[in-house]
Amino acid sequence: MIWNEQRECEDLETRRKRQLADLKELCFRLYDRVPFYRARFDAAGLTPADIRQLSDLSRIPFTTKDELRETYPYGLLAVDESELREIHTSSGTTGTPVVGAYTDADISLWGEVAARCLCMAGGRRGDVVQNAYGYGMFTGGLGLHYGARALGANIIPAASGNTKRQLMLMRDFKSTILTCTPSYALHMAEVAKELSIDPDRLHLNIGVFGAEPWSNAMRAEIENKLHLKAFDIYGLTEIIGPGVSCECAAQNGLHVNEDHFYPEIIDARTGEVLPDGETGELVLTTLTRQGTPILRYRTRDITRIDSSPCACGRTLRRMHRLLGRNDDMLILRGVNVFPSQIENVLLRIEETQPHYQIIIERGASHLDEVELQVEVEENFFSDETKELERIRRKIHSELKQELGISVKVKLVEPRAIARSEGKAKRVIDRRNLQGGTP
Amino acid sequence: MKISQISVFLENKNGRLAEVTRILAENNISLKAASIADTSDFGILRIICDQTEKARQLMHDHLFTTRVNDVIAVRLDDRPGSLAAIMTLFEQNRVNVEYLYTTHIGQEQRSAVVFKVEDVERGLSILRQNGMETVKGF
Repeated sequence: MIWNEQRECEDLETRRKRQLADLKELCFRLYDRVPFYRARFDAAGLTPADIRQLSDLSRIPFTTKDELRETYPYGLLAVDESELREIHTSSGTTGTPVVGAYTDADISLWGEVAARCLCMAGGRRGDVVQNAYGYGMFTGGLGLHYGARALGANIIPAASGNTKRQLMLMRDFKSTILTCTPSYALHMAEVAKELSIDPDRLHLNIGVFGAEPWSNAMRAEIENKLHLKAFDIYGLTEIIGPGVSCECAAQNGLHVNEDHFYPEIIDARTGEVLPDGETGELVLTTLTRQGTPILRYRTRDITRIDSSPCACGRTLRRMHRLLGRNDDMLILRGVNVFPSQIENVLLRIEETQPHYQIIIERGASHLDEVELQVEVEENFFSDETKELERIRRKIHSELKQELGISVKVKLVEPRAIARSEGKAKRVIDRRNLQGGTP
Repeated sequence: MKISQISVFLENKNGRLAEVTRILAENNISLKAASIADTSDFGILRIICDQTEKARQLMHDHLFTTRVNDVIAVRLDDRPGSLAAIMTLFEQNRVNVEYLYTTHIGQEQRSAVVFKVEDVERGLSILRQNGMETVKGF
């Protein structure tokens, strides 16, 4: 089923016209109402009237996360405060949070795009959606909630945490769709196993997982353990929250709701716009947001756009599953490393699970010292040290092959690494590269 | 007879061993033998106790990684050469010993040596054929 066939399967010419009309209107609106954007246009020697075609978008400067922080709380507000109905902020782990402010129209839009996503994954009216994303300031919980509500599903607003209760709710209310972070889904699967809950006695058919990058190997693991089909959903607070894009049954990329969120791919170094098919940083413009619209937001997510036709019939272009994040990328002894590569190695080795943490320190030698901590699971634990040493060496050599650098591998007790009920904390960087006191 | 041994994975961190033994003590489990194999990063605690299944469940509940496997225990006379006799027997019959440790049989006031061999059944039958006395329980 397609939630909004008219929009999602629209012919490309009509869509482009609509996108252009919305973009023009947005530029005028922001120029009028948001001093930050007016100054932007002025400094670039542009007026909103200079935006005549979609490609003119590239003349407008980018908006960065730092700028969103600097304008906290209401510096980018494009409506009167009395129009606001809801505020969300990003997790703000690194300081001032980023604000998303929603009007009535924005909340409806959120429901619409999130419902499209649930539908892409196969959800429909009458499904029981167990929403185990965190509710609150984090956009995951309420975003999927609005989507499931628009869809006509029965919502179990379980939020994240209390895993035993999650499993009980899942069983008793016959949840058919699970929405949460992929790492929490995996955690639930493990707890289910510990409690000897047979996944076949649950009613889950579909999982819609997002808010952190995850590999296809991890997808296979979740599907295998929870007996459901897992779909990738993408979104970010700066744009709207979950609902920017999602996989359809073809699972060949995530359809971007581009009638509302216009995607560009740029070369992260030069800022140059790249053609569809090339890999680079995703930049998004909210064509129709009211509260806090944003022009050319640099997401720092690395992907590429696929404009080839999709078997599902949607004409919305697809973004490839996230290949990484500029932020997540670690530079270890000069080598670029994405945590997803480490995850892949651990999933490839038969004995190990992707429960790991990377600790980076700069030792006395001023070299990066990297330690990968991997939890010892019962399936490979042995009473003989030589067997554990064999697995440790295997992880070490596979990592060296994959990453090109030598990483110290340490085996740790299970649960030594905090399980994520929100986002997994995989990297602890103690290098203090910013300078100053830590 | 085979004896059940529980192995517990421990990080080289202060207090881990104390925690394991405390949990067992609080649940009235009596240790009959214990040894540790250690590397620079981790240790493997191997124990023989009076309630193997209960001890394993307790360890599991406290999120320790465990494994239960079979070992052989042989009575040992307190005189020079008693261990050498067993080792020679194993050597002649090509029984591969992974590790061993000694313990005490409380009621008998005698020592015993615990062996982990590659093939437990074969190890046992060789001992039996040669008149060695294996321990049936502690």
